[in-house]
Formats: sequence, C-alpha cells, structure tokens
Amino acid sequence: MKTRSALLLGSLSAALVAFALTSPRVVAADKVDPVADAKAFQNFFFQKFPDVKHEDFVNGPYSMNADMKRQWQEKEEFPPYEFALDAGKEMFATPFKNGKTYADCFPNGGVGIRQNYPYFDEKEGKVVTLELALNRCREANGEAPYSYVKDEMASLTAYMAFTSRGKPMDIKIPDDPRALAAFENGKRYFYTRRGQMNFSCASCHVQSPGERIRAEVLAPALGILNAMPIYRSEWSGMGTTSRRFVTCNSQTRAVPLEPQADEYRDVEYFLSYVANGLPISGPGARP
Amino acid sequence: MKRSLPLAMLLALGLASAARAANEADYKAAYATAEAASKEAAGLRNQWTVTVSTLAAAKKAADGGDFDRATAAAREAEALAKASIFQAASEKEAWKAMEIR
Ligand code: HEC
Repeated sequence: MKTRSALLLGSLSAALVAFALTSPRVVAADKVDPVADAKAFQNFFFQKFPDVKHEDFVNGPYSMNADMKRQWQEKEEFPPYEFALDAGKEMFATPFKNGKTYADCFPNGGVGIRQNYPYFDEKEGKVVTLELALNRCREANGEAPYSYVKDEMASLTAYMAFTSRGKPMDIKIPDDPRALAAFENGKRYFYTRRGQMNFSCASCHVQSPGERIRAEVLAPALGILNAMPIYRSEWSGMGTTSRRFVTCNSQTRAVPLEPQADEYRDVEYFLSYVANGLPISGPGARP
Repeated sequence: MKRSLPLAMLLALGLASAARAANEADYKAAYATAEAASKEAAGLRNQWTVTVSTLAAAKKAADGGDFDRATAAAREAEALAKASIFQAASEKEAWKAMEIR
C-alpha cells in the first residue's frame, strides 16, 4: 500500500514534470529505429540491475528478489503449470474434426517456434501474435476460436513455449513502413499514461521493477513476455498474455481493450523485439 | 494553456459538488452531458473504469428517486470523462518524456 501511494505520487509529479517539459522540448526528427531502441532498452535494465544475469530478466519478479527466487526454484520441482502443459500437448496432437492438427498451421509443425512470435504479416499488414495465430488455425479448420483469456489458450501456448525453452527471442521487423509503424505504435502504447491512476506500462515495469505493489513484486519490462503464459496462485490457474494485459490495464483504472486489439498486438511486438536475444522461459509460475 | 491532469481533476470534482437540491430535470441534463463525454473518451480508446462505474451509480440513484445523489454522481462522471479526454490529448506528445533512449 505504501509503495502504491508512493508510486502514485511519483507518477503524479512525473506527470507534472512531463507536462512542463513537453512543449519546449523538440524531439529530434522521429525516425523509427528499432535496433537503437532495443539497445537502449536492454542497457537501461542491465545498468539499473548490474547484479542480475542477463538471461535472468526473463524470470519476471524472481529476477528481482533472492528470497522469491529460492521459493520458486523449489516450486519448479513440481511446477503448477504441469497440468496445463500436459493438456496443451494433448490438445496439440488431437486432430480437428477435419483430420488436420495445429501442426499443419505452423512452421516446423509448431515445435520450437515460439521465439518467432509475434511476427509482422506483410500480407495482412499487421502484427500476428501466437494466440491470434492459434485461433486463426482453429477457424481455418472449421473450429470455434478459444477465449483469449481462458485455460485452453493458456494450455496451447504453454506447450508451444515449452518446446522453445532456452531459445533466444528472435523477432524480425521487415523493411516495411507498416511494420515500423506497428513497432512505434506498440512503443507509444507502452509509454502512454492511462487510467485514473495516470500510469503507463513503464510507470510500473520500467520505473518500479522489484518494488512491491500490494503483495506483488513488479517484473522488469525487459523480457517480460518470455515467460508467458504464466500460472498465478492469485488466479489459481494459468493466464495468457491477453489476460495479463487486460489485468494490468484494469489496475490503473483504465477500461481494458478487447483481447488482441491492434494496440495489444503492437505492444506485444515492441516488448518482444526489445527482448531479442533473451531466452524463452515459459510457461512460468508466479506466487 | 497547460494545466496538469491532477489539477484538472481536482477542479472539476470541486465544482461538481457545489449544490442546491437537484430535481429529475437537473439529473437528466447532467447525465446526458456525462454520457456524451464518456462516449467521447471511449471513442479515444481511453475510458476509465471509474467513469463507467460512476455513471452507473448515477443511474442507480436516479432509479431510486435520489436526484441529489444522482446529479452529483453524473457530474462527477462527467469530470472523470473530461479528465480522461484531457489525458488522451496530452499523452499524444507527453509519452515521449518517459521513453528509454
Ligand atoms: C499499476 C502497475 C502496473 C501497470 C501500470 C502495468 N502493470 Fe503489468 N503487472 C503489474 C503487476 C502487479 C504484475 C504482477 C507481478 C509481476 O509479475 O510484475 C504485472 C505483470 C505483468 C506481466 C507478467 C510478468 C511476469 O513475469 O509475471 C506482463 C507481461 C505485464 N505486466 C505487462 C504489462 C503491460 C504491457 C502494461 C501496460 C499496458 C502493464 N503491464 C502495466 C502491474 C502493472
């Protein structure tokens, strides 16, 4: 609670400073440069937390807190996401009514490819996330799409993440102005304040990682999607990336967008790209 | 004119609470204005949960015949919606101040 009000105050004064600064400050010609952005993003976290091993950033709150990390390592011996993993594996192998499977929709039969999502689809001109690709696969094969925030989607993505564990995130931004615009839009979404609390994603996950908000330790924004989907005791179940975005928006008293809205797809693209090189660690488990 | 969002919110909320006894017509007018502002915020994809819940509270109070409370809540919802519209406008540029460079 204390941290929370401190966060709020901090953010209000930051807002005042921001308002004071923005008008006179001329931001040098806004050229979209994802390579430079990713480098600056990673350096920020590496310098802010010099004791955290780079590949550890993908473990969310556990990278920030030694006690929690110990508890987590014990938990990993009987991981609470195991159930979802088994279910996902079985779902993945079970044919649709037309006899095809998920494997038919993905490169390499869907195995070991999670690190390439989201990708920019040049035909559609938009970002395609793994969750979206899974539902499109279902619909293309005459099956009803799954809810983006419920167990089935979490199980499928858990299984796919597991087959990619340890592989470095590898997001590509093709030389296409629409792809650069999607990246920029995701970046803007990430830094834009919203909700009555006037928080951006960055207020919590850049300015305050490692701090507590209610009972939770905030994850650093670097590598924040590498562990998705996650099991959370608070949810007593699994949560997809969509579910997490919706929850984070609600926490600032902003009405969340619909899952897989363009903004969410773009912010996933931005956050994944700046985590390039860091290993996939999903599915994750959180207290 | 540059005002801060928190200041705008305080001002708006302060104004909202000055009151004489309100009647149904007051409520209806206040609600219509609040609803329009809330729709504008939603159109900007920057709705606040509290705007929605305060609007709902206004309606509920009015349904129960308490037009004082209903009108006050509607005015509060309007202030909240306006603050969210202000936020969306100022963040068009302000987000850059937070960016890691
Ligand atoms: C009010 C603070 C707050 C804001 C603002 C916020 N989050 Fe979160 N976020 C949390 C908390 C609390 C958790 C759960 C603890 C943790 O893992 O950080 C969390 C967890 C997450 C996780 C899962 C990380 C993990 O390893 O468990 C992701 C991904 C995430 N947030 C993304 C976002 C995005 C994207 C935004 C902006 C749309 C955002 N958050 C805005 C508080 C916030």
